[in-house]
Amino acid sequence: MMTTHLLENDLQAQFEARIAAGDKIEADDWMPEEYRLALIKLISMHGISEIMGALPEKEWVPKAPTLYRKLGIMAKVQDEMGHGQLLLRVAEDLIKPLGKNREDLMQDLFAGRLKFHNVFHMATESWGDAGLIGWLVDGAAIITQTNMLNASYAPYTRALQRICAEEVFHAQHGEAIILALAEGTQAQKDMVQDALNRWWEALLFFFGPPSSDTTGSSKQDVTIKYKIRINTNEELRQGFLSKYIPRIQSIGLKIPDPTLRFDEESQKWIYQQPNWENFKKIQRNEGPKSQERLTLRRTSYDNTAWVREALSSQRG
Amino acid sequence: MTGNIENPVVELLFQLADDDYLFSYRGSEWLGLAPHIEEDVAFSSITQDTMGHATMFYRLLEGLGVGVADSLAHIRPASERKNSILVERPNGEGYYMDNPQYDWAYAVARNYIYTTAKKIKIDSLKSSSDETLRDAAVKVSMEIYYHLLHWKTWFVQLFNATEDARKRMTTALEKVLADCGDLFSYGEAATAITNAGLIESEEVLVNRWIEYVKPVFETIKVEVPTFGKPQQNGRNQEHTKELQQAIDTMSEVYATDLAASW
Repeated sequence: MMTTHLLENDLQAQFEARIAAGDKIEADDWMPEEYRLALIKLISMHGISEIMGALPEKEWVPKAPTLYRKLGIMAKVQDEMGHGQLLLRVAEDLIKPLGKNREDLMQDLFAGRLKFHNVFHMATESWGDAGLIGWLVDGAAIITQTNMLNASYAPYTRALQRICAEEVFHAQHGEAIILALAEGTQAQKDMVQDALNRWWEALLFFFGPPSSDTTGSSKQDVTIKYKIRINTNEELRQGFLSKYIPRIQSIGLKIPDPTLRFDEESQKWIYQQPNWENFKKIQRNEGPKSQERLTLRRTSYDNTAWVREALSSQRG
Repeated sequence: MTGNIENPVVELLFQLADDDYLFSYRGSEWLGLAPHIEEDVAFSSITQDTMGHATMFYRLLEGLGVGVADSLAHIRPASERKNSILVERPNGEGYYMDNPQYDWAYAVARNYIYTTAKKIKIDSLKSSSDETLRDAAVKVSMEIYYHLLHWKTWFVQLFNATEDARKRMTTALEKVLADCGDLFSYGEAATAITNAGLIESEEVLVNRWIEYVKPVFETIKVEVPTFGKPQQNGRNQEHTKELQQAIDTMSEVYATDLAASW
């Protein structure tokens, strides 16, 4: 008992030394439970979010206004599904020692134990929303994902490298849609402004609460401790605002926050805090489209259960 | 019957374009709902390729001065469409965003049959008298090779899996075959199209198709099907009400302002 305990302590110390030295951890390496659980939470949520994220965009795939846009958005949403697959494979290796598999992740999603990203609980009401998601939501995703490109867990960084490269195309695809609308008819311009008005709060939510004081919980501390990520939620949000506010304004859009300003002294954006109560609701799967999206995924999963059974009967 | 066919190339291109456009639409409705994530990635890739083929055919029509490709794709009403009945059939009950009760057995059966038929047609187009059709066929056949491999794998696997799967596949295949009457038909343009040497006759292609699928049907122990006369012929613009619904969805945004740049 004593030896095991000592051994655990040694392993923990060794592990922390590796992290401190900037070493990369592989799937089969020893890792503390805390680290494994933080990775599982982060990566399974990331993976499942890519898959759930296909649902709000999916609505606009057949409706994309031209053949060119149809091809573009089809390629984009297919990429997102591909990211989901890549990330779930990484998560599967992490949950394997716990005796769990992908089926468990799906059931966790349906039971509300595994969350999907807050931004994918929102409604997409127009083609403007489809463009805005590509431009700003994928733009925000690039910022959070780039923040983890050098994460201590090597399999995750390998997946992220490919994902980030593709996200850049997505942001360009979204930007092209938005520019066409912003330079278009009055109705098209209104469509983008309306989309921005409705999505602004969600874009601020995207990076999560500034600290656990805001919403009662935040997983950012442990991920920073183990060098899975570098910057805090607020630092990432500030980075997003610095990058996109000038771009948003330069195409003639108005940001729906009259208090928004850059404070020279603190070198920070001062903005109206979103209603974090809405964020907490989303976290409980009580967002505008949370239940609808979960139902859509659950229905399709149930409807195709016989297929998975048929396939596994052949494997056996 | 053939008196009104001004340009058989245009007729044939509309059939090819409308087929792939609708087939791709039905595929895109499945997005995010496939049996597993790997399949979602593969299926959406095929759907995307197919929209690429439709786009190419519509652009060839644009090149012939028939109209702007986007307009031909989006706003021609059902009464002007020349796709086969098979591709316009819904995936199942429900709307793609709201409680879709889609049938994977039907998807596999339809996609396999459609893709084998497309392969036979594309192969014939490779020796078309028309150079643009020949070039288009070469491009399409590079991708269709993978589509075929994919749907054949599903088709055979599900037929030979559990009893339940076989039952579902049998029902689905019957439903698909009942709609195949116009798949190889050229409608009223048939004589003009074949006389111009654009593609071989319906009869030749149907027989070639039967030979082509025979080994697969032997593997699944199902009798090789024969196509009857179509009850409705999509090539002659006879369609179901689901086609107009599909067109309305596809053109929802485009139709709000036909002059706008999107």
